[in-house]
Amino acid sequence: MDRHTPTHDNPWLALRNLTPARIALGRTGTSLPTGAQLDFQFAHAQARDAVHLPFDHAGLRQQLSDRGRDSLLLHSAAADRHQYLQRPDLGRRLSDDSALKLREHAQANPGGVDLAIVVADGLSALAVHRHTLPLLSRFEEQAAADGWSSAPVILVEQGRVAVADEVGELLGARMTVMLIGERPGLSSPDSLGLYFTYAPKVGLTDAYRNCISNVRLEGLSYGMAAHRLLYLMREACRRQLSGVNLKDEAEVHSIDSENSSNKCGNFLLGEG
Amino acid sequence: MASFVHTVGNLVYRFDSLKEVMAKASPARSGDFLAGVAASNDGERVAAQMALASIPLSHFLNEALIPYEQDEITRLIIDTHDAAAFAPVSHLTVGGLRDWLLSEAADEASLRALAPGLTPEMAAAVSKIMRVQDLVLVAQKIRVVTTFRGTMGLRGRLSTRLQPNHPTDEPAGIAASILDGLLYGNGDAMIGINPATDSIASICALLEMLDAIIQRYDIPTQACVLTHVTTSIEAINRGVPLDLVFQSIAGTEAANAGFGINLNVLQEGYEAGLSLKRGTLGQNLMYFETGQGSALSANAHHGVDQQTCETRAYAVARHFKPFLVNTVVGFIGPEYLYNGKQIIRAGLEDHFCGKLLGVPMGCDICYTNHAEADQDDMDTLLTLLGVAGINFIMGIPGSDDIMLNYQTTSFHDALYARQTLGLKPGPEFEAWLERTGIFTQADGRVRFGDNLPPAFRHALAQLA
Repeated sequence: MDRHTPTHDNPWLALRNLTPARIALGRTGTSLPTGAQLDFQFAHAQARDAVHLPFDHAGLRQQLSDRGRDSLLLHSAAADRHQYLQRPDLGRRLSDDSALKLREHAQANPGGVDLAIVVADGLSALAVHRHTLPLLSRFEEQAAADGWSSAPVILVEQGRVAVADEVGELLGARMTVMLIGERPGLSSPDSLGLYFTYAPKVGLTDAYRNCISNVRLEGLSYGMAAHRLLYLMREACRRQLSGVNLKDEAEVHSIDSENSSNKCGNFLLGEG
Repeated sequence: MASFVHTVGNLVYRFDSLKEVMAKASPARSGDFLAGVAASNDGERVAAQMALASIPLSHFLNEALIPYEQDEITRLIIDTHDAAAFAPVSHLTVGGLRDWLLSEAADEASLRALAPGLTPEMAAAVSKIMRVQDLVLVAQKIRVVTTFRGTMGLRGRLSTRLQPNHPTDEPAGIAASILDGLLYGNGDAMIGINPATDSIASICALLEMLDAIIQRYDIPTQACVLTHVTTSIEAINRGVPLDLVFQSIAGTEAANAGFGINLNVLQEGYEAGLSLKRGTLGQNLMYFETGQGSALSANAHHGVDQQTCETRAYAVARHFKPFLVNTVVGFIGPEYLYNGKQIIRAGLEDHFCGKLLGVPMGCDICYTNHAEADQDDMDTLLTLLGVAGINFIMGIPGSDDIMLNYQTTSFHDALYARQTLGLKPGPEFEAWLERTGIFTQADGRVRFGDNLPPAFRHALAQLA
């Protein structure tokens, strides 16, 4: 021990290259050294701030408008964040005012649409602020050839995943894609989730949706997320369904590569 | 169905069923509000507690909260009730049971004898009229000891599940977290992985790896990969070495159907595990996880409050003589337990009710980032559960589960509890820590070895 400090580093720091887990943090006595303790507190503070960051819908609508995209701002039945966190049922439905507004839009634009893109703050407005525009531009580039008709981008404040079902039903949309801020992890305050539903209607369960998770700079790239989403959408249109039954086939390819990595040894067993 | 009337001064409170009294007597929590079963104000809540306190325990054997005909867990509870064990308290009310539990009459031996005589609903009922200190004091009297390769639950011991999760199940990454935990004296309850992928091939690969590590380093612990019980059965059929059989369980038949299980499936899993005869000290081999709110989230709660539903899950657990049961208290989110106060109380209720029913309880002392909770709340619950004599807690690098995205107790946290409360790991693991030179514990103080154990030094040298 260094006479100037009571802390002990761990002589297995090299293991940090093998995992993003918080290993080899060292100790003072048996407790966390000050640095590691405050690093953790900062990560938690960032995650908490992401949960409570207000949805900057005005900024997002301006950005969409700059790209020539119309948008419509709606609100869920959850009045505020406090209620949103305790009443998931309210976050899954539109407020009465918003439902009326959407109905009026649908009456003025009859005939339904192929695709409704819904953007909700979810549990991280930060994720939505950062990733909506770049993801949408990648997606729309790749989707151009499919020729699907689109509704204006629907923004829902205090929204949960299933609110897209009501939006899709009121718009007469064949498909919805929900972009929503995921529950922040300690090291991932800005993770965006995508949820795809074919033939949306109020009351569907998660079994009818497909999820693409962890879209962020350190996670799944915009290009890859857009590619996977389009694959699901094209398959869904062909088979006229989404959810569990669609997922099974889409995931077949990835299983082989999983197995091969698991056959590797590791340093504890001396085979690596 | 009985109705219950309680009068305080000139106020008359009326409750139409035992189920309603129980729900309204529950200390406030978001999940009961979400379900619409909570008391409408504080006065009604305490009136319900008063009404509940005066209900005879024997009434619980006559009024099922969830009908016998509709629910196999109700049938299990009624059909396995031990009238002889119940006899010492059969004349008491719920309030009388509280007094009895806190009295000198209730000691380790009499509480062990009572366990098969209590139903989950009785345990839940009495917990609703107990303060935090009551929940701690009574739980602290009870020991539930189980064995497999190590011994859990002895007085003066606190075990940990080393939880080395990795976002893509990378073997080297999992091994890195395992070594970190072992060198911090964690892992005597089990090395238990939540797999990121649920394919049978990757589950089997993880089981083979854990078995090889435990054998190579002669660690007196148990391995577990937390996959569906039917996947564990399939792994056993393929000849893969498997110690503990895992399953998430809930307190209603309908909620368990949502998990894809029932009592028969659990029995099959239990028997498959027993067939391997891998326990050297004993054959407690089921590992169950539970948590308040699971029945409600499956829309399978029958109007019963979430804490009572949770306690019914312990009737399922104890039927299979489990090695350990873990209430994952803060994982489910703020719509069920809103903040630190609610999480802390729920963790203590679950531990108390489980122990009272004879279940070897542990707790995943945890929270998510959208709950109003933080590390201070976890320290509080950890300290309280340590005093209450909990069998085991989680141990994870730096409190941060990078696969499940939530925070639970760290390797360091376990050592904090052991030092402040004078608790040691299980005796077999304690001897292993001493033998390998990782650390020794005397008078509660942890003394680390001066050097890395040679076997692990050798392993680390391969990375250089």
